[in-house]
Amino acid sequence: MRNPLSERIVDIPFSGIRKFFDIAAEMTDVISLGVGEPDFDTPWHIRDEGIYSLERGKTAYTSNAGLKELKIEIAKYLERRFQVSYDYNTEMMVTVGGSEAIDMAMRAMLDPGDEVLIPQPSYVSYVPCATLANGTPVIINLKEENEFRLTAEELEAAITPKTKLLVLPFPNNPTGAIMERKDLEAIAEVVKKHDLYVLSDEIYAELSYLEDHVTIASLPGMKERTVLINGFSKSYSMTGWRLGYACAPKIILEQMLKIHQYAIMCAPSTSQYAAVEAVRNGDHDVAAMREEYDGRRRYLMHRFQEMGLQCFEPYGAFYAFPSIQEFGITSDEFATRFLKEKKVVVVPGTAFGECGEGFLRISYAYSLDKLKVALDRMEEFVTELRAQKK
Amino acid sequence: MREKILTFIEKNSRVDLKELAIVLGVDEATVANEMAAMEEEHIICGYHTLIDWEKTSIEKVNALIEVRVTPQRGRGFDSVAERIYNYPEVNAVYLISGGYDLLVTLEGKTLREVAQFVSDKLSTLDPVLSTKTNFILKKYKDHGTIIAEPEEDERMLVTL
Repeated sequence: MRNPLSERIVDIPFSGIRKFFDIAAEMTDVISLGVGEPDFDTPWHIRDEGIYSLERGKTAYTSNAGLKELKIEIAKYLERRFQVSYDYNTEMMVTVGGSEAIDMAMRAMLDPGDEVLIPQPSYVSYVPCATLANGTPVIINLKEENEFRLTAEELEAAITPKTKLLVLPFPNNPTGAIMERKDLEAIAEVVKKHDLYVLSDEIYAELSYLEDHVTIASLPGMKERTVLINGFSKSYSMTGWRLGYACAPKIILEQMLKIHQYAIMCAPSTSQYAAVEAVRNGDHDVAAMREEYDGRRRYLMHRFQEMGLQCFEPYGAFYAFPSIQEFGITSDEFATRFLKEKKVVVVPGTAFGECGEGFLRISYAYSLDKLKVALDRMEEFVTELRAQKK
Repeated sequence: MREKILTFIEKNSRVDLKELAIVLGVDEATVANEMAAMEEEHIICGYHTLIDWEKTSIEKVNALIEVRVTPQRGRGFDSVAERIYNYPEVNAVYLISGGYDLLVTLEGKTLREVAQFVSDKLSTLDPVLSTKTNFILKKYKDHGTIIAEPEEDERMLVTL
């Protein structure tokens, strides 16, 4: 019997996060700091618009690129929040989450042999998506001493004649790192000098605590070489609605639209109607959630400091990335033992790239009460590990 | 700063000061001083606990009473409102626009106790013209909180 499977797919591993949830599923009284998903319900007025659209029978396909009304609102939002303007008609499409947009951008832009620069630690999908698109992923290892920001020097050092695309995943999952305007300006110079394109994943743009997020697309000469990806999951707590969008130069967007048209048809209409309300009237919800996360972030950092756990200050998303190098065990071993001995789920840094070794991803998308209990257990565990080491 | 403290303790008045200070990104003394000042100014009027009495064995009856009154010369509705709110069984008194003047919320052990309060004490006050008593059958939401079992965290395995 012939092998029914594509070797290219078989060679792609499952995400490293799964194992911990499988162990946790067999245990009771487990507290998780493992999920990278907002713990708020979608604000009611947004849910209500979704329900209302169903009541009115708005259940048909929308146009492939998305509901015109929604795209107009997104264009206004991007202008208002990030000072970048897109023509809703030719430079924007609504997608099934940011994930679909990442996949399509890679497939629309890459040919076999094209190298894609992927800074790590970062979201688990970039490397497999590049591979699925027949591109060649090239990893740039980010460093803690640079607060896990991508520097122009690191970028320049990784460029070869085959380099075509740079993935810019900030604010970052899992490190919580951000890129400030000055950092992006330096990156933009290198990108222009080497005639590269950028896939800027800005799904956490609204969760930036140091200063307002800057999109690289707003810098001079960058809009024409950037695919901006964003979505509703994180900022409006709409993960299950599966709604995102991509903004890109017309020439790229047209090709992405072709893939979307054949593979997906269009994003769910209910989600799109709800999203119109979100982007039109949801600024105060976003601000309230950001403030709540920011408080939890401060609490988390304070507790790390109290237990003597080294962690650079994350200014974005809802993750912290503490170092566990002092204990002399791997991230995987730390996370496994922590789960088995103290019943707390955290994710080893290696799930987000090999350079994540020696770190853990802690999500603070959990209530303060839960964080408190989990961090009490972490303090006990860290104290025990230190005692064992002596 | 005040608004942030108030928003926070309105949801959870049990939060310890140190934790609140960390969450707000200020020092503990600042939070303590602000809270003391707001207590002094009667912005913070008390620290209450939201209880679902239906889950206990304690029997309670809650009523909302619509009261029409004659306002008093020089003191409007204030004097009659004061007469009413001084009864310990009265939980709240609001001056209301619309078809009646005062909304009185009341807590008693039994229906008879509430009825007795209305007929003996409230209705017999001189300025009171009429009363209409509504009993609360079930509380679904109170003080902005949904009175139901807290839902389990339903977030599932995702690699985000």
